[in-house]
Order: sequence, then structure tokens, then C-alpha cells
Amino acid sequence: MVETLVQNIVFGLLLGALYGLAAVGLSLVFGVTKFLNVAHGELLMLGGYVSFWLFNLYHVDPFVSLPLAALALVVVGIVLYSLLFSRTVKMDEEQKVQTTMLIGFGVSLILQNLAQRLWTADDRSITTAYSRMSWTLFDIRFPIVRVVSMVVALLLVIALQQFLQRSYFGKAIRATVEDWEEATIIGIDTHRVYLVAFVIGAAFAGVAGALVSVGYSIVPSMGLEWTLVCLVVMTLGGLGSIIGTFVGGLILGVAQALTAFAVGGAYRQVVGLLLFLVVLAVRPQGLFGVKEG
Amino acid sequence: MLNVEHINVGYKDLQVLWDVSFQVNQGELVALIGPNGAGKTTTLKAIMGLRRPWSGTIYFEGQNLCKVPAHKTAELGIAMVPEGGRVFTGLTVLENLELGAFAPHARKHMAQTLEEMYQLFPRLEERKFQRAGTLSGGERQMLAIARALMSRPKLLMLDEPSFGLAPLLVDRIFAKIKEINQAGMTILLVEQNVRAALELAHRSYVIQNGRIVGMGTSEELLSFEFVRSAYLG
Ligand SMILES: Nc1ncnc2c1ncn2[C@@H]1O[C@H](COP(=O)(O)OP(=O)(O)O)[C@@H](O)[C@H]1O
Ligand SMILES: [Mg+2]
Repeated sequence: MVETLVQNIVFGLLLGALYGLAAVGLSLVFGVTKFLNVAHGELLMLGGYVSFWLFNLYHVDPFVSLPLAALALVVVGIVLYSLLFSRTVKMDEEQKVQTTMLIGFGVSLILQNLAQRLWTADDRSITTAYSRMSWTLFDIRFPIVRVVSMVVALLLVIALQQFLQRSYFGKAIRATVEDWEEATIIGIDTHRVYLVAFVIGAAFAGVAGALVSVGYSIVPSMGLEWTLVCLVVMTLGGLGSIIGTFVGGLILGVAQALTAFAVGGAYRQVVGLLLFLVVLAVRPQGLFGVKEG
Repeated sequence: MLNVEHINVGYKDLQVLWDVSFQVNQGELVALIGPNGAGKTTTLKAIMGLRRPWSGTIYFEGQNLCKVPAHKTAELGIAMVPEGGRVFTGLTVLENLELGAFAPHARKHMAQTLEEMYQLFPRLEERKFQRAGTLSGGERQMLAIARALMSRPKLLMLDEPSFGLAPLLVDRIFAKIKEINQAGMTILLVEQNVRAALELAHRSYVIQNGRIVGMGTSEELLSFEFVRSAYLG
């Protein structure tokens, strides 16, 4: 009994790391550009298929193809930003959120249908020689693929956090978030800052999707669920805190696992929304966010 | 050096500046004075490229600024200290200063300019690892000025640097501005604090209701009701 409980928590943490990775991407984009990209889940789905096909057609190891999944999403991100999202840059914040949501819904429908046409509605998953291997510690199973995925996710999140804190361009991004006009005055090209943030967000979604396709499975319709997960996690963690958002992902993962364990798998999705509402009511700035003003 | 020629500027369909023209020559300290809402900030924004004139042109060293993207203005050698000593409050003092040197030509000399700024404003060095949000009003204004100077500008524009500061601090800030000008910097100073500005400036323009209504030295401008009442208190 206790072992099953611990095992569930471990699985929850492992999945939660991917929630965290994906949500950090969405949160960065929203924090910097105020674009609410509801197609984030579809970007994740695309990353999953990039990895899946690279493995199936060319036998590229899924961990080797991670940079390629990221690169593919960088390209998709640049196209989406330049063609669609960039048009909303000049709008005020409320209008921007609304318009980008509409754009996002459109993009997500198109990508989802396209994926279904091209690759059918079947569940897909990458099965490698090491897919079924796991480490065992005190009778608790640690699937190698998922553990490595968690490490990758954690490293990427830390790298992003360090980039924002320490690099010159990272400081320029933070300055732009605070006051784009002031940033422009000192010579920062805020359009480029927005583009970079959007593209990093897309790349994070791509890598998360690729990791999902190894440890779990992917399907063209997965986007909406992942977007919702990211929104919940973003709210849990609080805007402006990269590490906080990642921890929010872990919390949601564990909460889902515990719910499934206690009352059955059917309630997995509900717990996220419940957490979402509770946090909004009790601590609207998120668990790790800073109150505005 | 800076030639503003007949610009009309507005927000949406509200015209704010009407046929505004003035110039600033190399080495000068020119003040643009006028009451609240006259269009002083709008003028500076037009020069920075943050607001495009509906008509008219702005030349800086012969180059038409209206054709330059806003973020390239700093690169050309124009720096602006925004109203109210606006700085990046979530960043440290040092990070603010580093970002001031964002333009490529300035970034190359960042370390050296930083030293110069610490000499000009020793207080900033003491506080360099502090978040700018924790600074006092006067310190913020100094940081805003230093951040602007980090871009090694040819023209420094200040938007009401005295705003909200106690008289003693105003004196200190204005002494710094004078010092910076005497070291060779061309300055365009926007002020509501007429008395302090006129004492400092070589020449001043008076702006009212979006129109330039006068230009001259402090004595010459005393014929303006707005200037006189400001002097008499
Ligand atoms: N963003 C804006 N949108 C609409 N009107 C504005 C905006 N900013 C300033 N104004 C108007 O333009 C006029 C001039 O403003 P401003 O240039 O800030 O004056 P000053 O700096 O001399 O106090 C004011 O009447 C003000 O209401
Ligand atoms: Mg003003």
C-alpha cells in the first residue's frame, strides 16, 4: 500500500517535470509578450511528432533528436510570430490577450486537423531498446526514460533561469518586461525581444513534446489538454518565477497521481482545475509569484 | 545639431503639438519650459521616435530622425532621461547601468563609462547591487541620468529631472547637469521648474498649449506671463 502510494508520487513527479517544462515555455511567452498562446499544446504535439518520425523513419534516438525537435519548433515559432502574433504587438494589454487567444485557437485547430490528416488520429509512442528498462530502489520503479526526461527538463529550466538572470540579453528581456518604452529609449529592439521569448517558448514546448513521445504517448488531439495543464501550472507557480512555475508542474503531477490513486483515474483532470480555482481564490499571484504593485 | 522643424504631433485624433520648431546647437544647454500638459514630454518622445510626427521633420546631425526606428535613436547618440526618474526597478543599479550601454558603440566602452559614472555619482557605486526599486527619489533620478550617459550620447535630453524632489536635491541634480554640460555634453532640458531651468540654460524655449511661444535668455523671457509668475512665485 505505502509502496504503491510512493510509486504513484514518483510517477507524478516524473510527469510533473514535463508539465513544468511546457508551462515554463508558455509562462515566458506570456510574461514577456502578454500573448496568451493557446496553441502552446499543439506546438508540444508537433515536437512529439518530429521526434516520433525521426525515430520511426531514420532511427534517430529520441534523446539525440531533442535538439532537432527544438529547432523545428524554433522555425514554427518564427513563422507564427512574424505572420500572426507580431501584428498584435501595438495593442493594449487586454486587447492583446483577447486577440492572441483568438489567433491561438485558430492555429490550434489548423495544426490539430493537419496532424490528423497527415498522421492519423492514432496514439503514437517511441519504443526504444531501453524503453522498458527501469531502476529499482526500495521496490520503487524509476523508468530510465522518464528519469532522464526529468533531468533534461530540469536542466533546461535552470538554463533559462540563468540566461534571464545573468546574460546581457536576458537582462534586456527583463527590462523590456518591466517597461518596453524605457527599453526602447536605451536602444533595445523590443520586437526582437518578443520574438526571442516567443521562440524560446515554442522550443520548450517542442522539447517537452518530444519527451512525452518517449515516456508516454502522443496523439493529434493532445494539444488542448496540455494547454490547460500549462495554464493551471502557470497559475500555480505564479508569473515571473521560472523555478516556481517548474515546481508548480511537479505539484500538479503529484496531485494528479494522488487523485488517481485515491479516487480513480477519471478524476485526474478535475484536480488540476480544482487547484486552479483554489489558488486563484486564495493566492492569485500564484504560490511563488510576487504580488504586483 | 538637433533641428526640429514644424512638427505636428498627436495621439489618435487629438493634436498635441502644433508647428513646433526649435534647435539645439553643439555644446549648448537649452531648456524647454512650459506648464503641465503643454506638450514637453510629447516633444521628447517625437525626437526619440516613440511618437511619429504627423508632419514636419526632425534632423539630428543632418539625419532625418523620422526615418529611424525608435530603438536606433540611442545608437545615433541621443539619450533620454524619462519623466520621474523612471528606471528598471526590478533590476539592480548595476544592471540598469549596464543596459544603458545597450547601443553597440557604447557597449564596447562599458567598463570605462561605468567608472566615470561612479565618479560622477559615488552613491550609485555604493548601491550597485541593490535593486533600483529600493533607491530614494533623488538616487533614482541620478541613476536615470547615469543610465542615459552610459550610452555615451552626443545629446542628453532630460524630462523634468526636478519633479517630485525636495529643493535641496533639485539644487544637487541641477549642479550635476551643469557639470555634465561643462564637460562638453549638449543638453536639452525639459522643465516646469522655470526658475531653476532658466538659471541653468544658455537659451530657453517656452511652450504653451503645444506651441512654441517664445525663445531667448531668462531676461528676454520675462515678458511672458507664465515665466514672470513662475519667477515671482
Ligand atoms: N498617451 C497619451 N494619449 C493621449 N493623450 C496624451 C497622451 N500623453 C499625453 N497626452 C496629452 O497630450 C498633452 C501633452 O502632454 P505631455 O506632452 O505629457 O505634456 P507635458 O510633458 O508638457 O506635461 C496633454 O494634454 C496630455 O493629456
Ligand atoms: Mg511631461
